[in-house]
Amino acid sequence: MTTLTAPAPQRAGTLAGTLALTRLALRLDRVRLPVWIGVAAILPAGTAAQYTKLYPDDQAIRAVAGVLTNPSLVAINGPLYRPTLGALTTWKILASEVILVALMSIFTVVRHTRTDEEAGRFELTGAGVTGRFAPLTAALVTAAGANAAVVVLDALGLAVSGLSPTGSLALALATGGAGLLFAAIAGVAAQLTESARAATGLAVTVLGLSYLLRAAGDAGASWLGWLSPLGWALRLRPFAGERWWVLGMTAAAALVCGAVAYALAGRRDLGAGLLPQRPGPAEAAPYLRGTFSLAWRLQRALLAGWIAGMALWGGTLGSAAGGIGDAIVTNHSITDMLTRLGGRKGLADAFLAAVIGITGILVAAYAVQATLRLRGEESAGRLEPILATPAGRIRWALGHLAFALGGTAVLMAVAGATAGLAYGLTTGDPGGQLLRLTGSALVQVPAAWVLAGVGTALFGLLPRFTALAWAALGACALVLEVGALLGVSSWIQDLSPFGYVPKLPGSPLSTAPILWLVVVAAVLTAAGLTGFRRRDTT
Amino acid sequence: MNEVISVTGLVKTFGRARALDGLDLTVHTGEVHGFLGPNGAGKSTTIRILLGLLRADSGSALLFGGDPWHDTATLHRRLAYVPGDVTLWPNLTGGEVIDLLGRLRGGIDAKRRATLIERFDLDPAKKCRAYSKGNRQKVALVAALASDAELLILDEPTSGLDPLMEAMFRSCVAEIREDGRTVLLSSHILGEVEALCGRVSIIRAGRTVDTGTLDELRHLARTSIRAELAEPPRGLADLPGVHDTVVEGTRVAFDVDNTSLDVALKHITSFGVRSLTSSPPTLEELFLRHYADGEA
Ligand SMILES: Nc1ncnc2c1ncn2[C@@H]1O[C@H](COP(=O)(O)OP(=O)(O)O)[C@@H](O)[C@H]1O
Ligand SMILES: [Mg+2]
Repeated sequence: MTTLTAPAPQRAGTLAGTLALTRLALRLDRVRLPVWIGVAAILPAGTAAQYTKLYPDDQAIRAVAGVLTNPSLVAINGPLYRPTLGALTTWKILASEVILVALMSIFTVVRHTRTDEEAGRFELTGAGVTGRFAPLTAALVTAAGANAAVVVLDALGLAVSGLSPTGSLALALATGGAGLLFAAIAGVAAQLTESARAATGLAVTVLGLSYLLRAAGDAGASWLGWLSPLGWALRLRPFAGERWWVLGMTAAAALVCGAVAYALAGRRDLGAGLLPQRPGPAEAAPYLRGTFSLAWRLQRALLAGWIAGMALWGGTLGSAAGGIGDAIVTNHSITDMLTRLGGRKGLADAFLAAVIGITGILVAAYAVQATLRLRGEESAGRLEPILATPAGRIRWALGHLAFALGGTAVLMAVAGATAGLAYGLTTGDPGGQLLRLTGSALVQVPAAWVLAGVGTALFGLLPRFTALAWAALGACALVLEVGALLGVSSWIQDLSPFGYVPKLPGSPLSTAPILWLVVVAAVLTAAGLTGFRRRDTT
Repeated sequence: MNEVISVTGLVKTFGRARALDGLDLTVHTGEVHGFLGPNGAGKSTTIRILLGLLRADSGSALLFGGDPWHDTATLHRRLAYVPGDVTLWPNLTGGEVIDLLGRLRGGIDAKRRATLIERFDLDPAKKCRAYSKGNRQKVALVAALASDAELLILDEPTSGLDPLMEAMFRSCVAEIREDGRTVLLSSHILGEVEALCGRVSIIRAGRTVDTGTLDELRHLARTSIRAELAEPPRGLADLPGVHDTVVEGTRVAFDVDNTSLDVALKHITSFGVRSLTSSPPTLEELFLRHYADGEA
């Protein structure tokens, strides 16, 4: 009988359509991904080229290596494992490079999984011949391909700059491996939450924790660094006696996360997260009665998440700053450098100032995120029912901007206060340090406001290009991290608002640039609101 | 002021595309006005201009005699709106959205809200992300119908509703009409238009092609005639206003413009009428004719 010899039903069904979805993802990301990959490819090779010029011989490298034993720099960028050009390049760029590819992977994977699912686009593609695991697989394949491109370009670029091919490959693989791991982590996050925003937030939180654990590990308790994917990348030690087996840890973690993502995806319904839907209130609470309270309702979860993150961030780095003091007391070999830098307190201050600078950029990401909610609401069509009521456009926009601008100040204050408290507890002056570091952190606020202003201006004047505010933030981060090093023209560097902020604590406070930044932010915001009042809404 | 909405010569372009091309629309106080036209004709664009969401390029649009772009807040106190494509905040419940929109408009009548939720069989404790299209539409409808706005602007409000809810919607609008309030109803559902609308405006490609009461529109349309005559007719097809004439011996079938009905009937009676059936134009035919005009 034919039924006995008929082939078993096809098992490959769960992956059907993966190829088509991968092609679709590549088509949709045809501009975005090359930009990420290009920036990730330029950074290491550019750094290596610049260092070759700056430090032409061993003597110059030894001299700078001495300075880099500075514990504050170790906490921020990791240790310099060897006084060679390759190790120096690794020290400078690897941590940033890993953060960059991790963000690329997270955004790519979430965009092609939960974002599409939340928007209901999966129902369209899912009704075609696509298997249950096809979207997740297509997203992971796309991210993996992007990371593979980064590996190839990084290794080639470094080798062409004259560094050893082995070390070049190690740095490239450390980068790409971490990128792949974060793609898998994003894959898990996309199964857990119903909203794409929350999935991205979850994966980025894991990235932030990795940085913190790595910093805490390099500042003292070394084992903490072994809990961090970012720590693994550095501990592969490119150009400094590569420990290839560390790659195995990254690969194993990526496999585990990938398996978890598939297991979760196989269990849940389309559109659902892991937590079941709970009914909410049948009537609105009395406070929910205007555009402002609606903004509060829509923005509060984001702000609360950021406050928790910033408290953890400030607390960890504040206590790391305390550890720097201890390290120096026991390390007599760097006494002269200590005096040069202004003593023990000077070192800790230099570290804290650098950390506060990074925090400024991080919090600017919140400012941009909260501001772009304006455009998000508009393009989702949720502005229309609001504007059909007597509530005015400007009132509505100000509700969200209050969170973008006020939230920025709150976050910097939280990061400064927790850092001050943690650092002060180690030096025996919690109250004084709390006030001092809160003040130092608040100085960054106007620079972050300028980026919120860029977002508002784009929203009002060029609404379809609102997302360029992220590009502006990325440019500021790049300029802060490697601008001077890569020889970016100084007028471009002058465009970053963060360059004008006095580096507190440890430098004199100058008020003029701060006031100017406030003025620039106000002008940009006003221009955006004026444009918004005059333009069509869509 | 007897005119709630008065639009003349409205033009709106998006880039090079001309969405509205000299559109006219007049809605009188207390009427339910049907706003009809094929997809992409410009109904939603007109409504968005009336709500001050879009700015017209030229022409005039008056709402309660005021300028919808400049007097937005004052005008919006007097109206309620149901968008064609309802999207809501995924993590708010339907009940919260109804209250919020009501309060933004200046307060909500709790009793009417409860009655409407009951009538539309809506679960207000559900998160909006869990609602189907029809249920999202019900949320927007309840929010609008619970208000005591003088004017309701409804953009294809029943496109996602089941027949039971559709009937409920009709009775709600009928009550509003009895209250003497005004409704602008953009719709494709002919039964709904016929049941609710006193006057209609039909637009096509951004222009108004017809406006009036349904009877007036029918008057301008054609009637189908079938007749059995005593002898084969002559010269019928040459009469003005007579179309699609088919003659089979003594049997004829033709369509005639209602303006020429009298002449055509006089003509065929001269051949001795044995039997005659006439069917008035259905609404479908009326619309199809307008919708398809110019496409051929
Ligand atoms: N924001 C927009 N940008 C470009 N074209 C638009 C926009 N909104 C509407 N249109 C175009 O204007 C025309 C009228 O659209 P619309 O008013 O939505 O039609 P209707 O509601 O009658 O179906 C369509 O051709 C549509 O493509
Ligand atoms: Mg429409």
